[in-house]
Amino acid sequence: MEDWEKICPFTALEVERGVTALVHGQAVAIFRTHDDEVFALGNYDPFAKASVLSRGIVGTRGDVPFVASPMHKHAFDLRTGQCLDDEQVSVPSYEVRIVDGVVQVGPRLSLEDSA
Amino acid sequence: MSTRKTLVVIGNGMVGHRFVQASVERGVTERFDIVVVGEEPRAAYDRVALTSFFEVGAEQLSFLPEGEYDDPRVRLVLDTAVTAIDRDARTVSLGTGEVIGFDVAVMATGAAPFVPPVPGKDLDNVFVYRTIEDLEAIREAAKSAKAGVVIGGGLLGLEAANALHQLGIEAHVVEMAPRLMAVQVDDAGGATLKRHIENLGLGVHTSVLTERIVGDDSDGTGGKVSGLKFKDNDTPLDVDLVIFSAGIRPRDQLARDCGIEVAERGGVLVNERLQTSDPAIYAIGECAAPAGKMYGLVAPGYQMAEIVADHLVSAGSAAAFEGADMSTKLKLLGVDVASFGDAFATTPGALELVFADAVGGVYKKLVVLERDEPEGGFVLLGGVLVGDASAYGILRPMVSSGMTLPENPEELILPAARAGGGAAKIGMPDEAVVCSCNNITKGSICATIDDKGCADLPCVKSCTKAGTVCGSCVPIVKNLLAERLEASGAVVNKGICEHFDLTRQELFDVIAIHGFQRFDDIVTAHGRGRGCDICKPAVASILASQFNGHVLDPTTANLQDTNDAYLANIQRNGTYSVVPRIPGGEITPDKLIVIGEVARDFNLYTKITGGQRIDLFGARMEELPKIWKRLVDAGFESGHAYGKSLRTVKSCVGSTWCRYGVQDSVQMAIDLELRYRGLRSPHKLKGGVSGCARECAEARGKDFGVIATEKGWNLYVCGNGGAIPAHAQLLVSDVSGEDLVRYLDRFLMYYIRTADRLQRTSTWLGTIDGGLDRVREIVVDDALGLGAELEAEMARHVETYFDEWKATIEDEEKLSRFVSFVNAPGVPDPNISFADTERGPMVPAMAGGPVSLGTTIPVGAPSTAGVK
Repeated sequence: MEDWEKICPFTALEVERGVTALVHGQAVAIFRTHDDEVFALGNYDPFAKASVLSRGIVGTRGDVPFVASPMHKHAFDLRTGQCLDDEQVSVPSYEVRIVDGVVQVGPRLSLEDSA
Repeated sequence: MSTRKTLVVIGNGMVGHRFVQASVERGVTERFDIVVVGEEPRAAYDRVALTSFFEVGAEQLSFLPEGEYDDPRVRLVLDTAVTAIDRDARTVSLGTGEVIGFDVAVMATGAAPFVPPVPGKDLDNVFVYRTIEDLEAIREAAKSAKAGVVIGGGLLGLEAANALHQLGIEAHVVEMAPRLMAVQVDDAGGATLKRHIENLGLGVHTSVLTERIVGDDSDGTGGKVSGLKFKDNDTPLDVDLVIFSAGIRPRDQLARDCGIEVAERGGVLVNERLQTSDPAIYAIGECAAPAGKMYGLVAPGYQMAEIVADHLVSAGSAAAFEGADMSTKLKLLGVDVASFGDAFATTPGALELVFADAVGGVYKKLVVLERDEPEGGFVLLGGVLVGDASAYGILRPMVSSGMTLPENPEELILPAARAGGGAAKIGMPDEAVVCSCNNITKGSICATIDDKGCADLPCVKSCTKAGTVCGSCVPIVKNLLAERLEASGAVVNKGICEHFDLTRQELFDVIAIHGFQRFDDIVTAHGRGRGCDICKPAVASILASQFNGHVLDPTTANLQDTNDAYLANIQRNGTYSVVPRIPGGEITPDKLIVIGEVARDFNLYTKITGGQRIDLFGARMEELPKIWKRLVDAGFESGHAYGKSLRTVKSCVGSTWCRYGVQDSVQMAIDLELRYRGLRSPHKLKGGVSGCARECAEARGKDFGVIATEKGWNLYVCGNGGAIPAHAQLLVSDVSGEDLVRYLDRFLMYYIRTADRLQRTSTWLGTIDGGLDRVREIVVDDALGLGAELEAEMARHVETYFDEWKATIEDEEKLSRFVSFVNAPGVPDPNISFADTERGPMVPAMAGGPVSLGTTIPVGAPSTAGVK
């Protein structure tokens, strides 16, 4: 299915950091967490109106893996894209899988799907 | 009624005396006449304080200034030896020929200094250090001596060396073992102690064996000490006085002569009631060996004295000697030394926790043991403290209490100045002595706080007297107060975020003590979860301050806030600004031209900043390495405009150009900026240097401001601009350039160590008890003795400085992250666009939302960027 796009080797991802990828013409932030899970969110910070989320700090809030935008530190749930500081706001999140050591990003998840 | 009995006490030292006192107090004299026989010409005196004899005289040390006991039923015979005990006849013979019958005898003959069989030990001017007579002889000999040596680096040996030092002659200590005070402290503690003593001007020679004492009979006086020859060393020590302090041996000859059992390694064998193998004869103090073990301290001897007195009063007394606490705390030549419990971690499974500050001369060790379930946790077994024994009062009671240590036991040995009393924030037992000057326990302080309703420190101090003498316990008292207040009301969590309960300062110390270099280790040991945008940059900053590695090293790269992560300041559209360092604002035309060319070639907006530099705005992340390559090649280096670190040191033109200037402020500003460049700190730091009182550099609006005077430099600290401006305050006036740097080193490091995350120097100052005066005490007067350590830390920073940008452009791995898209490194992020302004230069254009590039852009195969 052409919805899945190959991005880069899994080993190109650093632990608890993000990279930006072009996926289906969109800037997508891809993160690898401490336990080697991989998540993909839209790179665009809706508060700062800048394409920067991949450059944020990755950590946890309680049990929630999140990224803090480098601009004004708004936190986004890596699993769903939900903003943890403002329930009205979210960013897109995408399906991710690793096939033969290569990170692939798939279709966008709806909030309902991932919740 | 019953006939009176006779009790003979052999020996009138400290323990013998204590026994007589205890016997009189308990009413032993109701049944017994007591005869005390002492060998020394004077009655019992305080042998522990022997060295103070030189200052205060024998009278002050005496326990019996009148020369007799109050109770007429006690007879004191001095200057007389007991020569024999006849167990069958129940008599003792005195050197005077007198024979005294006894019903009960107590041996308190003490110990004698051990003099090893070193050739030359019988020469003139060779002494031991045990009695007032010994000291009198040493004092006399020192009048004509130039240098003396003490053989033996134990507790008493150091005392003796101190005595020689006080007598005004050159003093040395030689010790066979590799360290001083080998019985009480471990190698590292001994090394710390050695440094202290050497700093006092005493010679310390460890790991040396004395071969012989060299004599000199040239004046025909029969052989006087002229030197000390070491084994395997051709250079003799040039001394004319020798004191042996190579240990003590129990004086058990009387017992041996009359057939009483002695221990294998000497000492009169006694049971737990202190009875010898002859039940009518007891032995106490250093001559006794309960269970075969000799105790060379006075406290166990006192304990023994009390127990025997108890038994003489009541035969059924349950009092028993079950070993003694060998803990010691003393101030030796002004150095705190304490050793307690299992100081050498001999217990199976014991672990050691060490805080060592070699420069500051502080060494602290805790010996802990992990307890089995169900209790779990760690308990304290013992420890060693050198250089700062203030925690002894808290720690020693914890050894016997069996209480579980707080989760991070290292906080118990953090220096009070760093921990801010964090050491006290533990469940220490109520009986722990907090104020050792006034002997006030934690329990009584807490009770007073509750009873009197104390709400502040002055109230606690006046109500309890705690902290009113030396003040070293004030941080602990303060924390106890905070604990009580918290318990009664608002709970203040001082942890920096949900992942750590520690303050930044505590985190700093935890990292310093353990030498942690990785966030993972820190959060595993002292936190929870995986960190966040608050604690990660804080840890990154602390690691940078302590180790000065590259912020993009693999272990710290993912902790950095975006500015540090890309070594540039992120701006509103996700582009970055580039700020090369221009120290002191001084720049050559060639360099100006390079900046102009770079700005033109990369289409950057340029602006002269408030800090006398030039900002280049609008750089895309992937362009940063190319821009910096050009700048580095032209001789620029990182300006650290992106870091919580030193930014600029602003200057006026100073005496070089200005007709008012009295000093070269430009040179000073350049020197300071280069010295502190790259220094990571809790908040950004700025400085300023003005060449005269006109203050054109506005130095007093900076974290540190320097203003030239006719005589030198005035240093102002803790000012800032920003949202809440504060004028810097005068720390010290008219100092030389050298002193200025020294005080600034100390000031900045002290701030870095103790400030909270993102706390500017001005707000930090507000949190310090005593405010600027306290800062001055620490920085200028070195009241905490931290000066050398702070300077050394700064020196390490200065030595290890390197340019981050230069190192980055030379490192492929670090460069690999400066790409727009991992799978399309050549495609610029379309979300970034610019607009021209009416003034001319371009500015960011605000996008309305994410920009799609469409699906037709070819991206090729997966990139291998960043693959190792």
